[in-house]
Amino acid sequence: MVAFIDEMVFHQLLGWHHFYDQSTTKIGLLSDGLFHAFSWFATVASLFMVADLRRRESWWKKRWIGGALLGIGLFNLYDGLIQHKVFKLHQIRYGVDVLPYDLVWNITAAVITIIGIIIIRKTSQS
Amino acid sequence: MPAQQHFDITILSFILATPFFLLIILYGIAVIKSNQSYRQWPWYHTACWICGNVLCILAVAGPLAEASHQFFSVHMVAHLLLGMIGPLFMVLAKPVTLLLRSLPVKTARKVTTTLKMRPFHLLLNPLFTTVLNIGGLWLLYRTELFTMMHHSMVLYTVIHAHIFLAGYFFTASIVYIDKLHQGYSFQFRAIILILALAGHQILAKSFYGYPPSSVERMEAEKGSMIMYYGGDIVDLVIIIIFCYQWFKVTKPKRYQPHSV
Repeated sequence: MVAFIDEMVFHQLLGWHHFYDQSTTKIGLLSDGLFHAFSWFATVASLFMVADLRRRESWWKKRWIGGALLGIGLFNLYDGLIQHKVFKLHQIRYGVDVLPYDLVWNITAAVITIIGIIIIRKTSQS
Repeated sequence: MPAQQHFDITILSFILATPFFLLIILYGIAVIKSNQSYRQWPWYHTACWICGNVLCILAVAGPLAEASHQFFSVHMVAHLLLGMIGPLFMVLAKPVTLLLRSLPVKTARKVTTTLKMRPFHLLLNPLFTTVLNIGGLWLLYRTELFTMMHHSMVLYTVIHAHIFLAGYFFTASIVYIDKLHQGYSFQFRAIILILALAGHQILAKSFYGYPPSSVERMEAEKGSMIMYYGGDIVDLVIIIIFCYQWFKVTKPKRYQPHSV
């Protein structure tokens, strides 16, 4: 069940993320296309998975929310730290000092991640 | 795109549209035959069939088809109709099931045996149909084939037949409406569907920056967006049908709410 929830989580957040892509190089086109196709499919599939869990009466709302937050947080943290900084793949804005944006982005992501972890820990104890 | 045609568009339209008219008539006959010995054939299947064929006819004959010779953007609309939307409707019409129901039992058995043979099996393999479909598109738009197509009537006919058939068999190999065989697993089909969608969208987006041969930039940009967003919508429908089928199949068998 946990694997199931995790799967859904990643799907939900990936479904979100495809709104911000800007690269138009050849490699960018390629990875964008793959990413877009995957998230397009995953968004629909994850909704059906939630429906399936509800049908089995094993949908655990609180834990699911926790998982979703963890997924969103981790992904954006990864995006903010690794992709933006380490690889310098893309930036949030161009032509301005990005430091404040980066700080807000990464701190928000970290907070979301922590809230997600707390909810998951709580639900696994009960 | 060439402003002047090198062949007669009227004849071309006639050649390409006639099969679809025949398919509508044949389907009608099959429905009448089937209703004589089985339960009433659901009207929505018939509606899907007519709808799919009409959309394909619109793509190959009439004002839309004529404009598609000149404008890449209109060409893309026609291709969405002929290669994706039309075939999807036709798959939903369950033509093979209807065919088997309309034939005498003996003949129907023979048809089933034939359909189980190698070459037909290949057409139900999603990997094969994806290569046929998406590979065909890359070949058409990323080589000189697209320019050549507008100079040769034979090439034009063959390519359009291919676009339709590849679209039909691709859709049929991903979502099983006509139940013909054991079928491939949902996982396998899901992976293939994602790869096919990616291949389609990468190509579509690439037109924006890198137009196909003999296409003007403005037209390529419009065509690119039509192919990208149009493809997204049709694929979304396919994905929803696909997931809904998964949802039905994975229904818990011993479902007893509120009991152990």
